[in-house]
Amino acid sequence: MDKLVIAGREFDCRLLVGTGKFASCELMAEAIEFSGTEIVTVALRRVDIENENDDILSAIDRSRYLLLPNTSGARDADEAIRLARLARAATGIEWLKLEVTPDPYYLLPDPVETLRAAEILVKDGFVVLPYINADPILAKRLEDVGTATVMPLASPIGSNQGLQTRAALEIIIEQANVPVVVDAGLGLPSHAADAMEMGADAVLVNTAIATAADPAQMAKAFKLAVEAGRIAFKSGPRAVGKTASASSPLTGFLRD
Amino acid sequence: MTEIATILQEKGLDGNAELWRRRLEKVTNSDVEGALSEPAGSYSLRRLMTLISPAGENYLEQMAQAAHQLTVQRFGRTIRLYAPLYLSNYCSNSCRYCGFNKENEFKRTRLTIDEAIEEANIIAAKGFRDILLVSSEDRKFVSTDYLAGLAKKLRPTFGSISIEIYQMSSAEYARLFASGVEGVTLYQETYDRRAYESYHPSGSKSDYDCRLRTPDNIASAQMREIGLGALLGLADWRIEALALAEHAHYLIKAYWQSHISFSFPRLRPAHHVESSLFTHSLGDKNLVQMITALRLCFADAGLVLSTREQATLRDNLMKLGITKISAGSKTNPGGYSGHSNAIEQFKVDDKRSPIEVAAVISNQGFEPVWKDWDRAFLGNQDD
Repeated sequence: MDKLVIAGREFDCRLLVGTGKFASCELMAEAIEFSGTEIVTVALRRVDIENENDDILSAIDRSRYLLLPNTSGARDADEAIRLARLARAATGIEWLKLEVTPDPYYLLPDPVETLRAAEILVKDGFVVLPYINADPILAKRLEDVGTATVMPLASPIGSNQGLQTRAALEIIIEQANVPVVVDAGLGLPSHAADAMEMGADAVLVNTAIATAADPAQMAKAFKLAVEAGRIAFKSGPRAVGKTASASSPLTGFLRD
Repeated sequence: MTEIATILQEKGLDGNAELWRRRLEKVTNSDVEGALSEPAGSYSLRRLMTLISPAGENYLEQMAQAAHQLTVQRFGRTIRLYAPLYLSNYCSNSCRYCGFNKENEFKRTRLTIDEAIEEANIIAAKGFRDILLVSSEDRKFVSTDYLAGLAKKLRPTFGSISIEIYQMSSAEYARLFASGVEGVTLYQETYDRRAYESYHPSGSKSDYDCRLRTPDNIASAQMREIGLGALLGLADWRIEALALAEHAHYLIKAYWQSHISFSFPRLRPAHHVESSLFTHSLGDKNLVQMITALRLCFADAGLVLSTREQATLRDNLMKLGITKISAGSKTNPGGYSGHSNAIEQFKVDDKRSPIEVAAVISNQGFEPVWKDWDRAFLGNQDD
């Protein structure tokens, strides 16, 4: 079976989803269901982590989904670490999507602070999935300090621009020894399929699903695209060439 | 970097109203169509001028559609809710449009820290996790010590604590940031130098340049959120909007880690304040034009709306780019507990309860967001 394995845990679905930007918790729950996902990320700043009746938390069935808290909003390593520890103390969850985004406009991840936080959190027993720019060396540095994945962005978060960082993503995928989850900027199911065809191990999608007119159906479309992309990758797609390669060669009559 | 005062002066945005009115009048329909066909969300003075021009009024529906679409993309289908907590209406200033003007005679009220916490608990019980501490210029009582002490006590309850208070030094803001305050709202009131001087005849607020520099102090202190605005009604709103945008643009360039939000406070009737004073009132149509134009120039700015505006208008504005609104507000110290009959800063128009407002947000297809920040981010020390 073609399982996604992160930190020793197996998953059938290679689509991770986010919980922000939905018009209601009901729409969010329905989209999660239709996405087929097994990993759902939640911004710690957005939920009341100590409250079981929190709208968002109570809409996510923890027996079916791995809840992946994220540190969205943290401006430096210290803030991310403080938030992660408070959340773990309240819930016991050790998995963490590490986000350190000091720029409030494009929300691009800070490489220096992310690496610093990752090193401390890994030592502290967290399973760290860091959100990073598509920087191959940073990906290796994070792998070296023991992160469970790397999560390079396809384009700025929420921008729906697709794989703008393609060249760097290809290198990251080629070199990685941990799963590569392409995160941020995937605006259409075809973008997700594209990332999977390239060999990404998984993708994470939020805005494109949450802000669609019909989030549940869009979630389903992403699910199918991720599956299709993965099967295509496993089937060994041929390289893209500039010249035509006819399926009925003109010189096929030459037998020897 | 060139200081904001110099930028405004060189561009004539601190008082050369005639120059800008002439430019605005010259904008044609085809200019507006051109501006609307450019990618939405990025700022240039020319683009904003085109969108807020008299010709722009012919394109309000297109602007509204584009603003809605852009806001949904950047902020999702969500509206954040917050509540103001008024601490004191003692004031050393004499702003002519304000009910708290020191010249006005009425029984003043100020809350002790314990009384403020009692009010805050009532606000929290209504569901709010985002609180705005407001005070007139009562430096001796609502001091930095007072605010730092209050913020520390509010941290366990609120995910976000901001202030809308008299202007401070960078060191004072830094101290409050360390205590848990993460945002500061400070309106320039008016960017027109002469109008500013006439509306602020005395007190420490009467210095236009000092006021204009204060957001630099806020940003230098690492505050995450800087709320800007002009009190709409004191000068030509179109020129105010341009100066406001230049101010925001300057701050974004100079302080890359602070997030800017805009408010659109239209002057409201207040105790002892004659509405005849407001010679530049703007109607709903132009308010919509200003809100949508700013959204189309600042894709990620927070756009904030208070209960000054009436319910129906607020409900309709939710879809035009607004990201954060207050609800159930009391604008007098002690107003929530009902212990005091203190004078309000301005008359609240939308008197609906927070729950009613949240229901309206849901009906509009948005999620009312009570908490979108966390105490782990408040203050730079562990508690």
